Amino acid sequence: MTTLQVMFFFFSLITVAGGLYTVIARNLFHAALGLIVSLAGVAALYALLEASFLAAAQVAIYIGAIAILIIFAVMLTRGVTGKNPVKDWWTYTITAIVCLLLLVVLLTTLFRFDWPQTAQAAVPADSIARLGKSLVDPSLYVLPFEVASVLLVAALIGSAYIARDKK
Amino acid sequence: MNVINDPFTWAGNLIAQWLSGFMPPVGVDVTMMVLRAGVLGVFALVMFMVMTWIERKGIARIQDRIGPNVAGPFGLLQPIADGVKALTKEDITPTNADRMVYNTAPILSAAAAMLVFAVIPFGPGLIGADINIGIFYILAVGGLGIIAILMAGWSSNNKYALLGAFRVVAQLVSYEVPHVLSIAAVVMLAGSMSMITIVEKQPVWFILVLPVSAIIVLLSGMAEIGRSPFDLLDAESEIIAGHHIEYSGMKFALFFLGEYVHAYAVSCMVAVLFLGGWSGPNIFGLTVPYLWFFIKSILVFNVMVWARGTLPRLRIDHLMAFNWKFLVPLSLANLVVVAAADRLAQAVGFAVGTWPWALVMLAFNLAMIAVALAMVGATGRRARRATESRAMPEAETHEEEAHGVDAERAPVAVGAH
Repeated sequence: MTTLQVMFFFFSLITVAGGLYTVIARNLFHAALGLIVSLAGVAALYALLEASFLAAAQVAIYIGAIAILIIFAVMLTRGVTGKNPVKDWWTYTITAIVCLLLLVVLLTTLFRFDWPQTAQAAVPADSIARLGKSLVDPSLYVLPFEVASVLLVAALIGSAYIARDKK
Repeated sequence: MNVINDPFTWAGNLIAQWLSGFMPPVGVDVTMMVLRAGVLGVFALVMFMVMTWIERKGIARIQDRIGPNVAGPFGLLQPIADGVKALTKEDITPTNADRMVYNTAPILSAAAAMLVFAVIPFGPGLIGADINIGIFYILAVGGLGIIAILMAGWSSNNKYALLGAFRVVAQLVSYEVPHVLSIAAVVMLAGSMSMITIVEKQPVWFILVLPVSAIIVLLSGMAEIGRSPFDLLDAESEIIAGHHIEYSGMKFALFFLGEYVHAYAVSCMVAVLFLGGWSGPNIFGLTVPYLWFFIKSILVFNVMVWARGTLPRLRIDHLMAFNWKFLVPLSLANLVVVAAADRLAQAVGFAVGTWPWALVMLAFNLAMIAVALAMVGATGRRARRATESRAMPEAETHEEEAHGVDAERAPVAVGAH
């Protein structure tokens, strides 16, 4: 195994372990921290693929913003030492069934599709400049980019409307 | 001359040469990488001690005291005495604390601050890792510090710690918006996110080209590290110490370390983005880039000390209003104005990085500052007039002109008769 493969398995293990802990942790706060570990593992995988911008964006957005908001929501909704309220076997059964079904779908996709493998291509040095240009190029991704912006503005206005002083 | 101008590369080459005598090339590479990371880490720790000393001396002078003066000459050994004291203190863990999270939080806090130094360029080749997303990396790892504070606040099982953690989220997440928007203006002009390229694109320092961005980055940077006057997250007089209230001994020292190392990291960042990084005058062939960088970053840190020593803490609603109603609109306008001014200057024929171009940019920035201050002043005057007319409805009509001229003194004058 090459060094790269060892690192890939190491970070994959961290990602999966973090994800597993998120699901089985009894404490919501611990589950959120497990999620952060899992997201950090994904960021490391991006970095291994030389997608440095994506890795930093993963850390900045998922860990720096979304995970923090999740923790904040947990802290506000449960008591400080609040335990996971889900304890009945019924919820666990449904969750297990859905997860198993998802696993079956993923495994069949994995084994039935013939994944084409090409030789590793060099990452262009100006990959970030290309990314930036393709986001504002009318023939490429300007429409999804702008639609996403509109969605964010809508969310912003909505939250401002909910949070405003009722008079 | 090369030894003086760049002793670090010189020493690194010597060590690499010595290592290659008995090591395969891969071993040399790995050893040099570990060595470089180690040097950066030790540098951050040493700077922590220097920063605490500078701050204590600076604050003391502002308050007409002498400051630490017993341990060593000028109290220079005071940080070491502090460290020994922290080590000998009792390590207390609250009974109902969440032990694993409680013990991880201080380590994460210190580590998050030290991560920034990986991309700080101390000289032309003196950088831990020249990654092409340098400045974005700094912004990304900044979020880890917030998580450390949240973990500390939650796991301490203390209501003041929890309140501190709540404030952190409100303040730090809000101030990230103008911070990122202002840095975007720098990235736009430099055309790169690499810290090395940003320095190289500053024949004219960006503080002259983008003064508005510089001020906003410094202010929001101070808010991000929770320094006075933005130190609401550990406001002693309100929530005692915020997230680190339950920590003692070395664990508290780690939080303290994280705070100061982060403060120095922000100083370095401002020095790189706006003060031309390592560039400085060439005196008889002596360029000493690392020394120029050191001087600039210490200067920026001194501005922070100065602000801490002279400004009172903001109230939380004022803090949020200042961010959302002033800094965010200003930084948005800044981004648009800078982009337009840059295009305009280039259309007229001034090349990027020349003095005429910089003067055009400076003129636009100064106009922006004037407009922003005029708008804030007008809003303030309106608000003051509204409160006065509510307090003194009958005096309002014939005193109105006086209010406009001397709004500060007007209520006293009205109340006198």
